[in-house]
Amino acid sequence: MRSIVLRAERVSKNFNRRNVFRDISFVLSPGDSLAVTGKNGSGKSTLVKILAGLLAPTNGLVAFESAGTTLNQDEIRPLLGFVSPYLQLYDEFSAVEILNIVARIRSSGAHDPTRRRTLMEQFNLWGRKDDAVRTYSSGMKQRLKYVLALEHSPAILLLDEPTSNLDEDGISAVRSVVAGYGKSGVLVVATNDAVEAAWCSRELKVGI
Amino acid sequence: MLTLAQIMAVFLKDVRSELRTRYALNALLMFVVTTVAIILFALRGDQPGSTVLAGMFWVSVFFTAMSGLSRSFVSEEERGTTMTLQLIASSTTVYFGKLLFNAVLTLVLVAGVTVVYLIVFPAFEITGMGVFLLTVFLGSLGLASAATIIAAIIAKAGSRGTLYPVLSFPILIVPLMTVMGATVKSLEGVPFSDATVDFVVLISYFMVMTAGSVLLFDYVWKD
Repeated sequence: MRSIVLRAERVSKNFNRRNVFRDISFVLSPGDSLAVTGKNGSGKSTLVKILAGLLAPTNGLVAFESAGTTLNQDEIRPLLGFVSPYLQLYDEFSAVEILNIVARIRSSGAHDPTRRRTLMEQFNLWGRKDDAVRTYSSGMKQRLKYVLALEHSPAILLLDEPTSNLDEDGISAVRSVVAGYGKSGVLVVATNDAVEAAWCSRELKVGI
Repeated sequence: MLTLAQIMAVFLKDVRSELRTRYALNALLMFVVTTVAIILFALRGDQPGSTVLAGMFWVSVFFTAMSGLSRSFVSEEERGTTMTLQLIASSTTVYFGKLLFNAVLTLVLVAGVTVVYLIVFPAFEITGMGVFLLTVFLGSLGLASAATIIAAIIAKAGSRGTLYPVLSFPILIVPLMTVMGATVKSLEGVPFSDATVDFVVLISYFMVMTAGSVLLFDYVWKD
């Protein structure tokens, strides 16, 4: 896993004239984990989207650095894993088809079949891998999002409401993933659940 | 770095999705059939000349395209998969993948309209096949290049159905007039060299529209 430093400098976000948060700064190195907490509407998901490159900050800067060099968006994309309840999947395809499509788009098809099987078994999807995603429950879709986010061994894992729609087995699988990232990767968890926030070594309260 | 394999992956995703959902294909088919049927009723057996036929042909193509080509981006917004695509692909990869999909869809549409016209209108005789084939090929590329960027623009707007043809028409006037003129030439059997200017216009249009779209697309695609 590549060593990446995530740097946020005075990040602010406005939607029209409404300020969501301002002047957020932090530096995360490999092995760091950050819980982004706050009330509903405080901007937790917005901040995570900005870190994932899905939204641009109104002010400030988010940078990913490797060996002292700032990476561009094309270099960052294969290093990110992102899970969120509002991430939607192409439900006319099966799980395996979606994983293949994403692997081809992300990295021209390269993937580790053993890792894929291990992840799908860990998230209890291997038996349904050839079924169309439209037949999945919301919890199964959330599990598939984890497989999608982890298959390429990202250096940075961004989780928004990580246990949303998951049962106890799913939550247990997520906990083991999070524990692994606590050692060598960068982990950011956006949550208003105190148990999930406790997974991380640092906490950032947004919207106060 | 942009790779052809990644562009093809986006293209093939859309092709496979379309074959399973038939979202755009059904709309295109119904529009072609309906448009030609209305034209037939209006003509009441009269056979129009080559100029009118060429105009009718591209009117059918234009409005059919307007009913279906926006699906490449609108479906991503409606299903909420835009964010997924933004996470895994660069904006340029997405643009060229969607452009390729729309170009192929337009070629299929034009081929369908051509077959229908050949069957329904005896006067629609393609005397200059080389001119006709190149006209429909370049015309389809031009149509797709404009349709793709406009689809990306309107995908996040309300009233997309109205906005799409309204925004597309002014941008497509030049290639539409050119392909109509070139189609007349193909129906009348004009020598290939006489249509060269039309081909240069269409190639230039495609290149300018694509270059402008590539520069603009990143701002359109991302929030």
